[in-house]
Amino acid sequence: MKIHEYQGRDLLASYGVPVPAASVIESIEDAATTYKRVTSEAGTDLAVIKAQVHAGGRGKAGFVKLVRSPEEATEAAKFMLSNKMVSVQTGPDGLEVTKLLVAAGVDIAHEYYLAITTDRATRKNVLIASAEGGVEIEKVAEENPDAIIKTPIHPLIGLQPHQAREVAFRLGFKGKQVGQAVKAMMALSQLFVEKDCSLAEINPLIVTPSTGDAPDGQVLAIDAKFTFDDNATFRHKDIAGLFDPAEENPAELRAQRFGLSYIALDGNIGCLVNGAGLAMATMDTIKHYGGEPANFLDVGGSATEEAVTEAFRIILSDHAVKGIMVNIFGGIMDCAVIAQGIVNAAKEVGFKVPLVVRLEGNNVEAGRAILKEASASLSTLQAAEDLADAGEKVVKAVG
Amino acid sequence: MAVLINADTKVICQGITGSFGAVHTRGCLHYGTKMVGGVTPGKGGQKDANGLAIFDTVKQAVDETGAEATMIFVPPAFTGDAILEAADAGIRVICAITEGVPVQDMIRVRAVLDEMNISARGADVEPAQDLFTLIGPNCPGVITPGPKTGGDKSAADPYTNNGCKIGIMPGYIHTHISEAKTGKAVGIVSRSGTLTYEAVWQTSNFGLAQSTCIGIGGDPVRGIDHIDCLRLFEDDPETAGILMIGEIGGTDEEAAAAYIKENVTKPVAAFIAGRTAPPGKRMGHAGAIISGGEGTAQSKITALRGAGAVIAETPADMGRAMVEAMGL
Repeated sequence: MKIHEYQGRDLLASYGVPVPAASVIESIEDAATTYKRVTSEAGTDLAVIKAQVHAGGRGKAGFVKLVRSPEEATEAAKFMLSNKMVSVQTGPDGLEVTKLLVAAGVDIAHEYYLAITTDRATRKNVLIASAEGGVEIEKVAEENPDAIIKTPIHPLIGLQPHQAREVAFRLGFKGKQVGQAVKAMMALSQLFVEKDCSLAEINPLIVTPSTGDAPDGQVLAIDAKFTFDDNATFRHKDIAGLFDPAEENPAELRAQRFGLSYIALDGNIGCLVNGAGLAMATMDTIKHYGGEPANFLDVGGSATEEAVTEAFRIILSDHAVKGIMVNIFGGIMDCAVIAQGIVNAAKEVGFKVPLVVRLEGNNVEAGRAILKEASASLSTLQAAEDLADAGEKVVKAVG
Repeated sequence: MAVLINADTKVICQGITGSFGAVHTRGCLHYGTKMVGGVTPGKGGQKDANGLAIFDTVKQAVDETGAEATMIFVPPAFTGDAILEAADAGIRVICAITEGVPVQDMIRVRAVLDEMNISARGADVEPAQDLFTLIGPNCPGVITPGPKTGGDKSAADPYTNNGCKIGIMPGYIHTHISEAKTGKAVGIVSRSGTLTYEAVWQTSNFGLAQSTCIGIGGDPVRGIDHIDCLRLFEDDPETAGILMIGEIGGTDEEAAAAYIKENVTKPVAAFIAGRTAPPGKRMGHAGAIISGGEGTAQSKITALRGAGAVIAETPADMGRAMVEAMGL
């Protein structure tokens, strides 16, 4: 699960990581007054206005703007709240923007990258830091991997201050900056574990230029990105409450409510499978025979007839779908439940497109019997012998 | 022969009174597994629907029944604790079926289990023999097939008298070596549940038996991995070939490929699921940094091919690839 930037800033601030003054607005009218308040608090005339959407590519799309007057703030807000944001990550339809973050601009002496994620290979959380912040970290990893410092975090005692100090010195922090950077790292690590994150990223973490009050400058978090472990939201009501359904694909959300895992793709052959591995393998099979999968759909191990019927509704709501392949190898999943779901869906929505069904495993005889009995209402149904046969048949039927 | 479990392995179920625990305890009994009891805190002293004794704690269950293995069906929030309770009670094979366990829980559990194993085996014992083997979580379990009896309707008339199934897999698709046309058995290890069934089914249809099939689970942090299973299968005299099923993400398959090159003499066939999965889905940014260019299906396939494994180009081709690798 992802959250918005402004929510991430609040979370960081609640763990003691300093962030620049900012406020969230939802209307064009609030832009000028919010600009004035935020900038006067920070003693600057510079502010940044940022669209609050999960998708990346905001800057290039014109949805992050620097402004220096109430008029410019209003103009930026007007643009962002009345146009859809289109970037590489949103798809051609774009995203409606309803919330804007208005943050005081800060002068930057240097930008750093700071993140924590779980390293599957070592089965530990790892702190990732780089003195080359503010840019895409993937690029840094590719072009200059030595510029990235990785520090494993002990599973039982967590990040230790000496580890954070070492990273701070290696990043080149000086004087009072060191303590502030260490504090930010310790806070990020505590937050990561306590809130069950799968990614916690500050990019950039900055140092402001030297001033009379703060000769070493000040360490601030400018942008924050968090992803949370969906398996753990049950114990974080506060985090679960930040879920924004408007950011999700409606079909994927609908699927979730029925315990289905659905991802829309670009092809024309819908698939319904039990198990994530088998679902991926089914997509691979379709592609092998020259077809293109329209979706990934894992019904899981304990789907009800209703969930199976809903799965067919979701698949058929994609008008690109010209054929459907059902591939079930029942372990927990009862083949009879799938078969009954198919029959129910046929009654309710009807199958006008070819439907190739391969059933094996738990209670398969009963499942096949149900389909046979209902064959009159399933005129487009073809039974498949095995996985290869199913792939071949559905691709052929779609043509 | 087989690995990890055999017909004599005594098994309990943690969460035996839950709906899944109850269904699959019955399924294992019908297969012929020596189920000796179950654990549900607060229901100690009662019996389950099959007449098995229920205990309050795993320790009590072990003391009373001599259980050596467990299958865990407790809800995700309590799974980490259930795994550690089993290890504390001295259970050797801990099979966590539960799906949806928080990753941070598994990071802590694995660290504790690893420490327990290090102190249990001692520094100077070589080769290292793990005392506690965790399988899963989010896995179908582990099975050592036995010969068919013709029954499968009850614990008194089981599917086999000489096999052991711990988990949720359909038993009938597996083949015992005495019933295999080729007279040879393969070991199967997989990250995916239902894809394992597919592989088992195909190898059975090609006249192969399975020595043991291990579903290691699809979670990022788990118990035994591909390499542990490769080592077990390499050392098992009955296992004549190894079928390994991986999927995109992480670098386990690349590590397994390096291990195969150095340590495995038996024929290996492999399939990697997710060749056609679109990039960017389910893969976090920082995760992509750690794995660098690795983690794609292509990188795994190239590594495994380089280690001499026969690659199944499609999931429908897994059985054939195994046969080809074995030169049958």
